Amino acid sequence: MASETFQLSRREMLMSSATTAAVSAIVSETADAAPPAQSLPTYKVAMSVNGTAKALTLDPRTTLLDALREHLHLTGTKKGCDHGQCGACTVIVNGERINACLSLAVQHDGDAVTTIEGLGTPERLHPMQAAFVKHDGYQCGYCTPGQICSAVSVLEEIRRGIPSHAQADLMAAPQPTGAEMRERMSGNICRCGAYSNIAEAMADVAGARA
Amino acid sequence: MKSFTYERATTPADAARIVARNPGARFLAGGTNLLDLMKLEIETPTHLVDVQDLKLDRIEPTDAGGLRIGAFVSNTALASDERVRRDYGVLSRAIVAGASGQLRNKATTAGNLLQRTRCPYFYDTNQPCNKRKPGSGCAAIGGYSRQLAVIGSSEACIATYPGDMAVAMRVLDATVETVKADGKTRSIPIGTFHTLPGGTPERDNVLDHGELITAVMLPRPIGGAHVYRKVRDRASYAFALVSVAAIVQRDGSGRAAFGGVAHRPWRVEAAEAAMPRGAVEMSKAVFAGARPTDDNAFKIPLATRTLAAVIAEVKP
Repeated sequence: MASETFQLSRREMLMSSATTAAVSAIVSETADAAPPAQSLPTYKVAMSVNGTAKALTLDPRTTLLDALREHLHLTGTKKGCDHGQCGACTVIVNGERINACLSLAVQHDGDAVTTIEGLGTPERLHPMQAAFVKHDGYQCGYCTPGQICSAVSVLEEIRRGIPSHAQADLMAAPQPTGAEMRERMSGNICRCGAYSNIAEAMADVAGARA
Repeated sequence: MKSFTYERATTPADAARIVARNPGARFLAGGTNLLDLMKLEIETPTHLVDVQDLKLDRIEPTDAGGLRIGAFVSNTALASDERVRRDYGVLSRAIVAGASGQLRNKATTAGNLLQRTRCPYFYDTNQPCNKRKPGSGCAAIGGYSRQLAVIGSSEACIATYPGDMAVAMRVLDATVETVKADGKTRSIPIGTFHTLPGGTPERDNVLDHGELITAVMLPRPIGGAHVYRKVRDRASYAFALVSVAAIVQRDGSGRAAFGGVAHRPWRVEAAEAAMPRGAVEMSKAVFAGARPTDDNAFKIPLATRTLAAVIAEVKP
């Protein structure tokens, strides 16, 4: 029957759309008359990533996020919105968490970067990773590497006395209360809504320290 | 993102010279706003001059008893500084009310002053916008204007300055220090740093091309109770619908600047004499001549009530 002959599986459908998209991308690139690749400038970038020295030669448009994922193949750090709105790309640079999507790799020449891969290993989890597992701090897991890098940094920021909007007294040392941690985690969005379990995981780790 | 070249300048005057001689060049500090706009091709610089090596990352006391905040000091470092928390609490409060922890770690003092509007029509390159493309028109007027300006706007533009930090700096009478390509420096009072849109909404401030912010100066502390109250659509990580930065003295006199209502932090010094008589009277003078749209007229009573809440909060 005709309807069976033309029935495509979802996978085939996606593959054929991808082919169409690839063809149109080639057409538009030709139409734009993009300059040949060899004329585009590149720059050398040396970083310590998870304690290992890395040297890259990059187009300056490469974000820190793309350098980590596409050039160093550290795909634990995720690309969510790519505009600094979701926090999925959160990594720790020179001890401070940032959005890797809103930073050029060339800005980080000489910097020390820690990604989710550098916090712990499957055999030897970071306490925050273990707490996320214990408290079910995720569903789909896409935002989780960013949540964990942020959560580790949040407890460190509280320890260092960095103030937050949740603080009643700016001169008092901030405490790892639920309100403090929720406010400080507001730059990490979780589409699945695992927030309450993330808060419990963080409280568990903070309590162990306190 | 359009292709560009990149370099790191070594001195402030050097950075100013490089940018001044190249119309396509821009300074790059934290990059949290500029890179976002470059990805959308709203900003298309051909050369970026990174200012991270200029040693502008210190907060130092001044001879006048105030503080000199280096242009490259991060939002986190500024909000955390013990002198700022103690003597300029409104500034710490305003900074931590904005953005997220990740962004505040990267965003700088000068970059925050130069943050561009969040008007949805500025961001949508399919729409006319006089700020993005001079002469193309303003789709915000008659469009979705709930977040936009209620005062100081023009027929060409109703965008707002979106930040929090500068609203606190306005109430603190800060000055912005700059250097130009010829090495000349100038001090710009924060009240005249950001412009009103008028017929040239493409300008956000009075800086010339290639003029680099080197520091923000805070005068000697004036005491009083420091409050920054921000009203927004969610409790954290959202731009202000209305915000109030205020310093109120024991006798009820004080100063207040408003965020989220205009193309620059909005402060009317002449209205402040009315503060002891209450928010309604002061607000009338602050918002005299306001021209809200149907969608954002709510901001004026909201600002009045926010100011009332601030005054009530600090009452001894």
